[in-house]
Amino acid sequence: MSKYIKFFLVGLFFGIVLVKSEAVSWYRIFEMFKFQSFHMYGIIGSAVTTGILLLLISKKIKLKTIKGNLLTVPKKDSGFKRYIIGGSIFGLGWALCGACPGPMYILFGTGAFSIIIVLIAAIFGTYMYGILKDKLPH
Amino acid sequence: MEYILEPWPWYISGPCIAIVMFILLYFGRTFGMSSNLRTLCAIGGAGKKVDFFKFDWKAQRWNLVVVLGAIVGGFIAHNFLSNPIDIDLSQQTVLDLNALGFNDTGKSLLPPELFSWENVLSIKGLLILTIGGFLVGFGTRYAGGCTSGHAITGLSSLQLPSLVAVVGFFIGGLIMIHLIYPILF
Repeated sequence: MSKYIKFFLVGLFFGIVLVKSEAVSWYRIFEMFKFQSFHMYGIIGSAVTTGILLLLISKKIKLKTIKGNLLTVPKKDSGFKRYIIGGSIFGLGWALCGACPGPMYILFGTGAFSIIIVLIAAIFGTYMYGILKDKLPH
Repeated sequence: MEYILEPWPWYISGPCIAIVMFILLYFGRTFGMSSNLRTLCAIGGAGKKVDFFKFDWKAQRWNLVVVLGAIVGGFIAHNFLSNPIDIDLSQQTVLDLNALGFNDTGKSLLPPELFSWENVLSIKGLLILTIGGFLVGFGTRYAGGCTSGHAITGLSSLQLPSLVAVVGFFIGGLIMIHLIYPILF
């Protein structure tokens, strides 16, 4: 049980950050796709910049994980079609309901219970991908 | 304390998200929220019918615990760490939303026009949320990740597939907001 506590705390922090940054708000996503505010771009941009720096530093000092391996990010499979097509499908849904997977869970926590409809539909969408996977271009 | 209760600026929030990603890597895991959707399918027994869900989901329990933490974090942040103030949207966004029939913009996290139970249970409202959710769940697995896996983790590690996926996120999002919204609302 105790090994899970650290993951719970990471999730707790993540949930708080996404609410306090308003990144869980449907309105902020709409505004982002309208290019009418820097807010969301600032969040993603500063997250990526910080992330790049942290990964560069950990590579330089050969930082090891708690499991004793060198800290690395798993490589994504190579390909183009799955990323551009799958990404576009994701984007259509993201803009339509204003929530990506992380915020779906977090919004439920804020008491916006109707998001459960979106979450159930997303689970079903993932299930349908599993069924159709071998028929799709990747 | 006052600073915590106010909305957090992007230059605080963004680095905090990067720290979440980094801590999970330090724990020997990868930041990815949409993987949990696949795990939930597997827990529901989808592995009996579809090979894609035939994997050792118990190895993914840590990620479900992250989700549980995120839900509680959402509860705490919303109920105890927030002054009740409107979201400070740009003036033009408010005008555009009003023109589409969205009023009370920014008074809550989600627009009641889409997420109040009354509207959720109307045919149009239900279709919007289920189709939107379906596309998110389908697209994220097809692309092999969502905002956390590609936009944050993938871009931070300078991976080209993630950049392509993020371009895809924006192609889809821009088509939806600029071309499809005016038809829907």
